[in-house]
Amino acid sequence: MTTRTIELHLNGERRSAEVATHESLLTALRERFGLAGSKNACEQGECGSCSVIMDGELVCSCLVLAAAADGKQVRTVEGLSANGEMHPVQRAYVEAGAVQCGFCTPGLIVATEALLRANPEPSEAEVREALAGNICRCTGYGRILEAVQRAAKGTYR
Amino acid sequence: MSRSAPRLTLAPPRPGARVKVRGIVGESAERPDAVAKVKGEFAYASDLREEGMLAGHTLRSPHAYARIRSIDVTRAERMPGVRAVMTAKDLPTRALFGLMKRDQPVLAADVVRYVGEPVALVAADDMDQAKAAARAIAVEYEPLRPVTDPVAALQKGAPKLHPQGNVIESVRVAYGDLGASAEVVVSGEYEVGMQDQAALGPEAGLAIPRVDGGVTLHIATQWLHEDLSQIAPCLGLPEEKVRLVLSGVGGAFGAREDLSLQIHCCLLALRTKRPVRMAYGREESFYGHVHRHPARMWYEHGATASGRLVYVRATLVLDGGAYASSSGAVIANAACFAAGPYRVPNALIEGVVAYTNGPPNGAMRGFGAVQSCFAYEAQMDRLAAACGIGPVAIRVLNGLREGDPIITGQAMEGSAPVAEIVRRCAELPASSPEIPSDPLLLPGGTGNLTHGEGVARATGYAAGMKNVCYSHGFDDFATARVRLERDETGAIARVHTASAEVGQGVVTVMLQVARTELGIERVQLETPDTTVGSAGSSSASRQTWMSGGAVQAACREVLAELRERAMSAGRTVPEDPRELLADPSWAGLLDEPLERTATYRHRDTDPRDKEAGQSNGHVAFLFAAHRATVDVDLDTGLVRVVQVATAQDVGRAINPLAVVGQIEGGIAQGLGLAVMEEIQLKDGQVRNASFTDYLLPTILDMPPVVADVVEHPHPDAPYGAKGVGEPPTISSTPAIVAAIRAATGKPLNRVPVRPDDIVFGTEARSGWKIVPGQDPAKAVRA
Repeated sequence: MTTRTIELHLNGERRSAEVATHESLLTALRERFGLAGSKNACEQGECGSCSVIMDGELVCSCLVLAAAADGKQVRTVEGLSANGEMHPVQRAYVEAGAVQCGFCTPGLIVATEALLRANPEPSEAEVREALAGNICRCTGYGRILEAVQRAAKGTYR
Repeated sequence: MSRSAPRLTLAPPRPGARVKVRGIVGESAERPDAVAKVKGEFAYASDLREEGMLAGHTLRSPHAYARIRSIDVTRAERMPGVRAVMTAKDLPTRALFGLMKRDQPVLAADVVRYVGEPVALVAADDMDQAKAAARAIAVEYEPLRPVTDPVAALQKGAPKLHPQGNVIESVRVAYGDLGASAEVVVSGEYEVGMQDQAALGPEAGLAIPRVDGGVTLHIATQWLHEDLSQIAPCLGLPEEKVRLVLSGVGGAFGAREDLSLQIHCCLLALRTKRPVRMAYGREESFYGHVHRHPARMWYEHGATASGRLVYVRATLVLDGGAYASSSGAVIANAACFAAGPYRVPNALIEGVVAYTNGPPNGAMRGFGAVQSCFAYEAQMDRLAAACGIGPVAIRVLNGLREGDPIITGQAMEGSAPVAEIVRRCAELPASSPEIPSDPLLLPGGTGNLTHGEGVARATGYAAGMKNVCYSHGFDDFATARVRLERDETGAIARVHTASAEVGQGVVTVMLQVARTELGIERVQLETPDTTVGSAGSSSASRQTWMSGGAVQAACREVLAELRERAMSAGRTVPEDPRELLADPSWAGLLDEPLERTATYRHRDTDPRDKEAGQSNGHVAFLFAAHRATVDVDLDTGLVRVVQVATAQDVGRAINPLAVVGQIEGGIAQGLGLAVMEEIQLKDGQVRNASFTDYLLPTILDMPPVVADVVEHPHPDAPYGAKGVGEPPTISSTPAIVAAIRAATGKPLNRVPVRPDDIVFGTEARSGWKIVPGQDPAKAVRA
């Protein structure tokens, strides 16, 4: 197995690890950096459960080679809450009842953060389009839409 | 545990005038796991780690049906990092496993019966090494011709896939005059495709060997104790040497009722004396769990000219796949509820579930009630049209009322507001009547296929019913241990059950019940495991009733004991024992912690009558009605669901926000079955084992839901709460298809509806001629 060392700016810290050249950023986050918040649900970029923000772009970490993330800024769901305090998007998901099994939740929260940062007052159509890459099997999305609108009203306006 | 345990009379919560706490029954209390989940800190099974753990992997059959001639593991055993390779000959026992029938080998020995059947196991230092070693195992197969049609499997001369033949279970329901005739008759053949539960969290577990030769398994499951009773015999261990601990569960929907990797993971840990983690990827998950039974159904309904039902006759054939799982109970449900939530004086139902060489099928949300609801609701619409009345009118006219029997002879007791929910559903606000011009809001969405031209809008209705809790004489119980103690802040209760939180929110329900009963806010839930009694399964919409009932009972026993302690203190004891916990002057009562374990049972149900299906087999029933509005692009056959309205009878909403979450989520799965979700098989081979090819509803597919939560408290249920999880998935599918039929005029006799079915009016045909009510073993080729 060929390996190489990569260095990330991970949630504001410089972190390095030895990764297999064929392994995804998702595997590296979960298995090498001990950040299991990003989830492995489809491994094909279909469900968004592994969403992270890399150099300001929302990406599916299962579709990014760990080696290709070398030197990049990576923000995961663990990097959103500061000093144990919930990020406003996280709080909105809790309050709106948008969490059931929760497996899709970290990816949705990262995707919502990316949306609201770019578009602080999205219309419902814009929210639906922005979150179309995140599959939730439990909620039917109604409470998720509610959470996004709550977060938008509460914080980004 | 004795069956003669007293049945508690569980009244609604007592008015606690002097004890006020937040987060009690009836409030939308916050989930106790929500904060950890939004922060990414909640540990699901696939997140678990242990020092020195190995990775386990499964080698599976590429054939639907084949003899195994030989297995050679010598090359695999020499691969780097490999710690163990196991085949059938390495198993400690020959014990079989299975949810209701033990018919599955832990590893295939001489024959494989479906694509994906486990053949060998590998444990290695990492997953890449384990997979490489599995590829290096040489298995020589002699392929046999697979049986893939369940009707063919039932005919005389079909190859026997199991020693006792291909019938897993047959169910006959005969009620009233079997030869009844009617003025208006409609008949049809219907088909339901194979749906996947598609829980987002793939199967995973971590097995840790113990110094005493036993093993502890951290697992995502729906029922710890049932798993234990299947696992231990296959490990050759007594149950005391196997402990199961619930890990975080990433959704279930029935798929985790059956074992997947549980035994395999323990075997590898015991063999290597190292912790072993197994975690399926998405493709393996499609092979590694049971699916919703595909169904073929032949129906005939007879009614008076004014639309009153006279009889229903039906033959139902479900494809059980290679192993039985819960097929017997699924066909029993499909047959019991084959006439739907309507008064039907005469009925004859023949239901059979057959072994084939397809993937094993088992539990999925709705459990048999989904399949027959699709057929009988299509029939109700045809009957309404033939009688010249509307879809709402025919359902209101025939809807069950309290005291009416269903076709099993069981009368509706407690609450059965069918006409009411249909009416209330019909009265809910409709979507705006205009077809939009923005392509994003039309069928095809970003594909930009239409600006509204060629688009037809229509509305359809459906209603459905299902049992809650376990039925047919099953000893259905749930256990809860409640410990009351005091620390420097005050009284705190610790609630320990084995109830599996799979996303549905039973943890919140249990907290709310404990807070309500004890009158204190500080309640902590212990990790569910097998050191406390069984809670039964998180299925059949039953945990609110059952684990809610067990926690309530344990709390009341704890309070009774607390009152006993107070009585011996020589002071005036308040009427409401909860005041003892609120009043600091009584703090000394908890110098010693107080603990009680209670077992809750619902009332007994009768066993299923094998001759005619007549029995009081169910404890209570759930009802929902759905109205769907769709836009259909008639040129491309694409559908956009515009709105779903629903009225659902829940008994009582313990947590209104969670109830809405269950309703919306269940409708999304019903929408999936209506227009997109199907595991496609060719010669027993799954052709779409990925989320790229198995389509799931996204946020763009899911319309707004208007929900009317109807509360008729059930007198037997704790707080009157009946359960909520399954009905949203039962009648939403036929309501959406009814709307598409109304928009297109096409017959659409199968789900999921495909674009071809809409554009060309293609009807699904099984190729078998069956008279509704006939034994399908005597089918003739059409």
